Amino acid sequence: MQDLSGAFVHAYTLITTFDPALVEIIALSLQVSLLAVLVATVIGLPLGALLAVWRFPGRRILIVILNSLMGLPPVVVGLTVYLLLSRSGPLGVLELLYTPTAMVIAQTLLVTPIVAALALQVIADLYDEYADQLRLFGASGYQIAWTLLWDARFSLLTAVLAGFGRAIAEVGAVLIVGGNINHATRVMTTSIALETSKGNLALALGLGIILVTIAVSINALVLTVRMRSERIAAT
Amino acid sequence: MPAPKAESKAEQPRADAKLRPVLPVRCHEVVLERGRRRLLDQVSVQFDNIDLTVVLGPNGAGKSLLLRVLAGLLAPDAGQLTWAGRAPDGARRLQVGLVLQKPVLLRRTAIANLEYALGFLRVSRQLRHKLAMTALEEAALGHLAKAPARLLSGGEQQRLATARALLLRPQLLLLDEPTAHLDPTSTGAIETLVLAARAGGTKVVWVTHDLGQARRLGENIMFMHKGQIAESSDAEQFFETPASTPAQAFLAGRLLT
Repeated sequence: MQDLSGAFVHAYTLITTFDPALVEIIALSLQVSLLAVLVATVIGLPLGALLAVWRFPGRRILIVILNSLMGLPPVVVGLTVYLLLSRSGPLGVLELLYTPTAMVIAQTLLVTPIVAALALQVIADLYDEYADQLRLFGASGYQIAWTLLWDARFSLLTAVLAGFGRAIAEVGAVLIVGGNINHATRVMTTSIALETSKGNLALALGLGIILVTIAVSINALVLTVRMRSERIAAT
Repeated sequence: MPAPKAESKAEQPRADAKLRPVLPVRCHEVVLERGRRRLLDQVSVQFDNIDLTVVLGPNGAGKSLLLRVLAGLLAPDAGQLTWAGRAPDGARRLQVGLVLQKPVLLRRTAIANLEYALGFLRVSRQLRHKLAMTALEEAALGHLAKAPARLLSGGEQQRLATARALLLRPQLLLLDEPTAHLDPTSTGAIETLVLAARAGGTKVVWVTHDLGQARRLGENIMFMHKGQIAESSDAEQFFETPASTPAQAFLAGRLLT
């Protein structure tokens, strides 16, 4: 018990004094996850919008696959990317394994289905509502897409935040493709796993507190976005 | 509520009517089927010189479907729809307006909804704001310009949707029971807006199942029953001596099965 309370105190000190090791780990976590979410959004939003509006053979099957991909276990994604990037893999020549880039790739693969599937749902619902009226205006496909994306912006932002929440909190994918190398590919989640196993509770606790704070902040942000959305767009 | 500017509207040039005519809007032996049921059964109808036609009939008669076909929203399973003798096309899309029974407003302010619509007329942004504000004031919604459109009351939303449809200056305006669930004040406001547009040269087709409204508005009454036009005549003649049995039953207040 003394160890634990001591660890909490030490963790608090690490946070308030901006311990360099702590800051480095947090910075890398944010860089990797933010970049992954950015790429996932650039791919996922248009993909979701396209699937929502365009009717083509096989669309329903594609939607089922997309929804299933939302529940991909991070370790499986990590394993897949590992196989692709390892020396004997098809992309081994790029020498990306055990680099932050590999981690970004893995998290992008994890988050894109989430952003796409949520965007699809949001935009499909809005399209159902708007379709007749937009057709009466003679809106082109581009105009329809832009109108839907803009009017659904608050819900889409919520989808992106959900994607970020998933990325920042996962450990399996980044552990396998990153290797948790000190000063190179060590992020909050992998550090917590490592430090806990070493019995170094202070750092693990400090990182855990930060991670939980980030998770709570994301949820608070989602709530703020929803409230703003209700005020402005009455959704 | 300010009096509608009927005279100034009549003076404005109707360039679009010459460049992109849609009248007569005509459907010829149009059929719409769902499963084995014929929702529109060989309907042939033409709208051009009558200023305001009321389409009357019980629920399920096919009135809304007919409007959707006329507006080009729904393709018939058989038969033909023409605007000024040719198939409907994108260039003349805005010349036929339709006010839906349940107004579809974007998740924006009231004025932004009107400005959005004006974008399709390729009106400049500065002019859009001015025109939208004028239209809001004519619909007695000026004080709600910055309010989120979806937070307006049902009557205000439908007034906004009607103002939006009229803003696009269609040659033919179709209205699908626009005041069906509205209070008398909102109903009166919308009727006034549309009558002003009619005075300005817009041809109007108004679907309703409200007999009082039909009597108030219609020059010509088209009575629909079971997907067919049972009767079409001058309003006075229709109400005094309806020719068809369904119309007689409807006017007598009997349920039509």
